[in-house]
Amino acid sequence: MSGRAVPHKLSLLWTNYKKNKAIYWMALPVVLYFLVFKYLPMYGAMIAFKDYSIGKGIWGSEWVGLQHFRDFFESYYFWRILKNTLVLSFYQLLFGFPAPILLALLLNELKNEWFKRSVQTVSYIPHFISIVVICGMVVDFSARGGLFNTIITFFGGTDTALLSDPSNFRTIYTASSIWQELGFSTIIYLAALSGINPELYDAARVDGASRLRQVWHITLPGIMPMIVILLILRIGGLMEIGFEKIILLYNPNVYDTADVISSFVYRKGISESAEFSYTTAVGLFQSVVNFILLLGANRLSKAVSDNKLF
Amino acid sequence: MKIKNRSVSDRIYLTFVYVVLSLLCASIVLPMMQVLTVSVSPVEVINSYGFHLFPTRFDFSGYREVFRNSLIWTAYGNTIFRTVLGTALTVLLTFMGAYPLSKKSLPHRPFWTALIVFTMFFSGGLIPSYMLIKNLGLMNSVWSLVLPGAVSVFLLLIVRNFISALPESLEESAKIDGAGELYILWKIIMPLSMPILATVSLYSAVGHWNAWFDSMLYIRDEHKQVLQLILRKIVIEGTIDPAAGGGTDLIEKPVNSESMKMATLVVSILPIICVYPFLQKYFVKGTMLGSVKG
Repeated sequence: MSGRAVPHKLSLLWTNYKKNKAIYWMALPVVLYFLVFKYLPMYGAMIAFKDYSIGKGIWGSEWVGLQHFRDFFESYYFWRILKNTLVLSFYQLLFGFPAPILLALLLNELKNEWFKRSVQTVSYIPHFISIVVICGMVVDFSARGGLFNTIITFFGGTDTALLSDPSNFRTIYTASSIWQELGFSTIIYLAALSGINPELYDAARVDGASRLRQVWHITLPGIMPMIVILLILRIGGLMEIGFEKIILLYNPNVYDTADVISSFVYRKGISESAEFSYTTAVGLFQSVVNFILLLGANRLSKAVSDNKLF
Repeated sequence: MKIKNRSVSDRIYLTFVYVVLSLLCASIVLPMMQVLTVSVSPVEVINSYGFHLFPTRFDFSGYREVFRNSLIWTAYGNTIFRTVLGTALTVLLTFMGAYPLSKKSLPHRPFWTALIVFTMFFSGGLIPSYMLIKNLGLMNSVWSLVLPGAVSVFLLLIVRNFISALPESLEESAKIDGAGELYILWKIIMPLSMPILATVSLYSAVGHWNAWFDSMLYIRDEHKQVLQLILRKIVIEGTIDPAAGGGTDLIEKPVNSESMKMATLVVSILPIICVYPFLQKYFVKGTMLGSVKG
């Protein structure tokens, strides 16, 4: 039965091709792009199970099974970078997730359009500034005599090189990330807020509800679906801490709290040594866990609300 | 109808709102004022204790140093080049991908969409991508900076949704007049898609302007590197521990210090600030469109 369906489908494709040649040729470069730049690296990730040597190539190198994964799980670095990745993610979730919701709620209270627009304009700016500039400012301000230290000494603290102390890294990383993305992340909530029926507020005012009670009983429930979806998505990305910001901010003094999976892969695979197979395995471990988390989050999202990602 | 009913708690709450929002704005504006002030101040002022939010004395030696540094200007040129090339490529490929995907008559449309969306959630990782660029012989070439990220799934889907929402009758009537697909895309779809085209271009342009990591990975030749990478060398790598390794630092002139670093930051942000009103408008639009389809 199915044997018959296949040629039928193929012939459908063929007739469609003859009818819309231009469309297919137009899509060809894009399809090629995805095959070469997205799917070829997935094929290349096969070296995670091999002992890659340049001479033999990806296909010719010898299989070693799960050896690299075993090495990684047993290594001293495994717990350190896994913990750092998860802790940083968790901080971002704990502090970074509610922050834009609060800001959106505050912005929503403003009746003064001019002030509201000014706050939005100003708070969106850091989103557009490159991560190098942001980290450049952070590094500069954290150095001895920098802006942060001026503030700390102003309040009676001591002037220290903040980024050389492992106990500061997570705070600096998380705070600067929130600072950069806070304003811009409110957009999605503000859009949801504008969908709330204004008559609800009128009715609440007639009933004598204070502003705080209005926020609690009307505004928050109004944007709750959006909050739930975004929260679930965030949980889906829990294993993901990008290397760019880490590499810009860290130094060997603070590896204990700052080194994450992706920065480890970069260091061991490209910058310090070239352990291609081993680091590919480490990266693959992260990708797979991430993908599983995402599938789980998506399923959860389907269960609690009607929204799904895919 | 407005009901005047401002209780004390409401007034306290509103005051709280204004104070918090003002503090937030201050936390963004003040660091920038500090950067700007330091960039135009003489060393004595910079080294003096306290905040530097308004310039008291002017000294443009930092900017002079930046203008004299040929590497910065080569890097500036490289960044402009990759931004223009990369954005053009992205716009072209995104529309070439989105238009066929928007056709309801395309066979196996869910399959093609899934093929594309899957790459959003799973990737081969850093090392295989790096090896790919090496094997393709793209090292040290601008193509290593513009090709790997040329199509963004997010932007492709936004454009596809936008084109799908255009009235089909326009296309039909063009076809009756004997127009080919390329002609329809170029003369009908693209002009109608200007707002979304602007969004795609700006997303791509800002991404290219701010990118540095790919340049660090793939470009070995210092004269081909982009501005953000040079910026990192000047601002971050020169700051990590100024006290340590004093031996070589002693030879350097003191001007390669704060004011020059901050001047470099200012010079690199300037173009972004100049187009900021457009950025704000079209990025907000992109975020909204992206969230609708989730």
